[in-house]
Amino acid sequence: MITLPAPKPDILARRDAILADLARLLPADAVIGETIRMKPYETDGLAAYRQMPLAVVLPRTTQEVAQVLRYCHANGIRVVPRGAGTSLAGGALPLADAVVIGLMRMNRIKEINLEDRYAVVEAGVTNIGITKAVEGDGFFYAPDPSSQLACMIGGNVMMNSGGAHCLKYGVTANNLLGLTFVTIEGEVIEIGGNHLDAAGYDWLGLITGSEGQLGMVTDVTVRILRGPEGARAMLAAFDSVEVAGAAVDAIIGSGIIPVALEFMDKPCIHACEAFAHAGYPLDAEAMLIIEVEGSQAEQDMLLGKIRDICARFNPISMKLAESAEQSLAIWKGRKGAFGAVGRISPDYLCMDGTIPTGELPHVLRRIGEMSVQYGLGVANVFHAGDGNLHPLIMFDANDPESFRKAEEFGADILKLCVEVGGCLTGEHGVGVEKRDLMSTQFTPRELDLQRAIKTAFDADWLLNTAKVFPLTGNPKIAA
Amino acid sequence: MNRSGSIAPDTEEALAAELTRAHAAREPLCIEGRGTKRAMLRPVQAARTLSTRNLTGIVLYRPTELMIRARAGTPIPEIEAALAGNNQQIIAEPPDLTAMFSASEPATLGGVVSTNLSGPRRIMWGAMRDHVLGIRAVTGEGEVFRSGGRVLKNVTGLDLCKLLTGAHGTLGVLTEVTLKVLPRAEATGTLAIRVPDVARGVAALSAALGSPYGVSGAALLLEGHESLGSGVIALARIEDFAESVTYRMGKLRDELAALGEARLLDTPASHAIWRQVRDAEPLGAAPEDAIWRISVAPSAAPRVVAALRAAFGAKLLLDWGGGLIWVAGPAQERAHGAVMQAASAARGSFTLFRAPASLASHVPVVPDEAAPLASIGRRVKATLDPLGLLNPGRMRG
Repeated sequence: MITLPAPKPDILARRDAILADLARLLPADAVIGETIRMKPYETDGLAAYRQMPLAVVLPRTTQEVAQVLRYCHANGIRVVPRGAGTSLAGGALPLADAVVIGLMRMNRIKEINLEDRYAVVEAGVTNIGITKAVEGDGFFYAPDPSSQLACMIGGNVMMNSGGAHCLKYGVTANNLLGLTFVTIEGEVIEIGGNHLDAAGYDWLGLITGSEGQLGMVTDVTVRILRGPEGARAMLAAFDSVEVAGAAVDAIIGSGIIPVALEFMDKPCIHACEAFAHAGYPLDAEAMLIIEVEGSQAEQDMLLGKIRDICARFNPISMKLAESAEQSLAIWKGRKGAFGAVGRISPDYLCMDGTIPTGELPHVLRRIGEMSVQYGLGVANVFHAGDGNLHPLIMFDANDPESFRKAEEFGADILKLCVEVGGCLTGEHGVGVEKRDLMSTQFTPRELDLQRAIKTAFDADWLLNTAKVFPLTGNPKIAA
Repeated sequence: MNRSGSIAPDTEEALAAELTRAHAAREPLCIEGRGTKRAMLRPVQAARTLSTRNLTGIVLYRPTELMIRARAGTPIPEIEAALAGNNQQIIAEPPDLTAMFSASEPATLGGVVSTNLSGPRRIMWGAMRDHVLGIRAVTGEGEVFRSGGRVLKNVTGLDLCKLLTGAHGTLGVLTEVTLKVLPRAEATGTLAIRVPDVARGVAALSAALGSPYGVSGAALLLEGHESLGSGVIALARIEDFAESVTYRMGKLRDELAALGEARLLDTPASHAIWRQVRDAEPLGAAPEDAIWRISVAPSAAPRVVAALRAAFGAKLLLDWGGGLIWVAGPAQERAHGAVMQAASAARGSFTLFRAPASLASHVPVVPDEAAPLASIGRRVKATLDPLGLLNPGRMRG
């Protein structure tokens, strides 16, 4: 279980006065204090943890965000930034003495420039909303986290979100040009712009993925890209994890960079097939979904090369999509993987470590052993090209012992990821979920250095307190 | 700087000890690899140099994991040769500036990362900073730290790799860098279109980059080219499997045919011309010229070009679809003022890339930051280099 810091008693005692002050700073409908109306904000995608905040504010402009931050800073009030609240790591979990600043009302698309290939959007625009705004002209916004229908670009920036297609197109950090950034003091700063690579320190790169520790983002300038002529998928199934891993190495080694290269293990194949009836081979130990882009003829050429490579590894079966519809059918199971696991288990924890791809067989073998040891089922999906592993640990949230074991199992997996040369989180972020594991990846001095960088932005540690850094060793936080 | 004032430890431990000693003695240091880019930005105010030139060698290279890890002083050609042996390459295509900076030896990995040097491929595949997976570095107090790692996707903790990349050695001394790498394309093709003027040239590049064909280089030669003739020439590159390059070049030529007379360059000719663009050879800078890089939204480039030609008859080269403007001209404050003004009017950024100390030491070499950001910058600097001993004066006075 994760501990939250003790709320500041003086802040809790002043709650009514603080709500009245916020109501003077913002339009009446932008401040929420009633318990029943704050209920939707008490948790995020890590739903096992819940905490009512002090108050919720829903500003509509950068100036309103700045005013709230300035007020909270002046009064020593903690702040929890929030986008759509889809964080799987508890990045938006409230604190009892904190004001949640929700950005969902900042949902305007301010500028689209196809000639210079960028868009300026407010932080509360959904990830898919950006693509929807430009797809009529053949463009798209590349990072595509699984939550893209709901998650917001402001949250994507703060967590440096990835997706299934980042092997080719990169993660959020690689697709940004500029930010409107608001400091805890309420200063509004333009970082970067509508061009590449501003000179000077790379604040854009530091802020991206900083999980709300450094400030808030209200406007985002993203790169938009012209989409390919088309895309098509194939699947290849193998009778061992090792062989499937070797096939992945051979594909990458051949010089082909597929736009997506997904791996599913046997429990995942079974769960997805039962859910989506995608025609997945149930006798396989491992299955790859490989997607390529280009014209029809280019797709044929690339899928042909990949088929020939896979054929060298005695696949149980291979299926090349002949059409966009068949591609969708192949993807259907994978895209529904989380829902599928949700169907066979009352609850699951979605983990997110990264490993050197060559370590996959070893890591999956160890996860299998842990599954037996903990008595909990696990299904694995893996972005095989970039080493990002998502074990889904099945448990029953109504049984505290089951939840405790699931958390321990997850922590053991992440420690294993670090042990084999990987990291705790590839795309979900540290949040509260992995906070106490940070010392397995970093030395105490390395953590102190990161804490000092935070302090340079947020001297009083008011921003998204109790996330990312283990509580012990933090300045200004009593556990 | 004479070499007797240079220390070049051969282990990270010894380098950290030097920094600890310098910190205790409050001695400022010039931080460099082989010193090939000493004339970049502003002269460093330090009597002694701490070099990473003896921290060399590839530590770990896993072609199927698309990563290579090397010590910071490893020469770039050594890394490129190792990658080429597996048909891979450094993604960001960093320029080779030995000619521009009259250097007698090749650049190091640490130097290229510290200056965030990216070439033509930046427009499609990202900057040098986008491919730094991990670093080891030493603070101004002599403390070794790591950030990132060796895997391609990693959001664990604050990303100090990005902070140090492009910091010109002012926030720490890189001792080891892990890069993401990618396969080299089987073939390269280039469409060269003669266009009437700069505005229509940038429009041609925007059309190419807005096509579905994966254009990985988009440059504009303003004064012609020895093998392509005179006039303004737009270049669009595609790197892919041979069949794809043939197909895509054909489609691109058809779509851009109305914009001007077009020629297709094959793989060897493409490699040659993009090496020239990468290293800014078509800029035609004289040895005594100052050189600037301006970054703007591409559609602003024609106005910048016109302003700088009018102000001081600037020599110019456009890359990144028009978003990167290389400028050469007299190393004088008047010209520098015109560059700053043109960049600012276009809401862009500038770097005084190469200039004699007589100019660089008393002008801003990168844009000033807004006051609140500058304060944050001072606090971040104080965290990593509390006494301000690393490359003092390099980026700002």
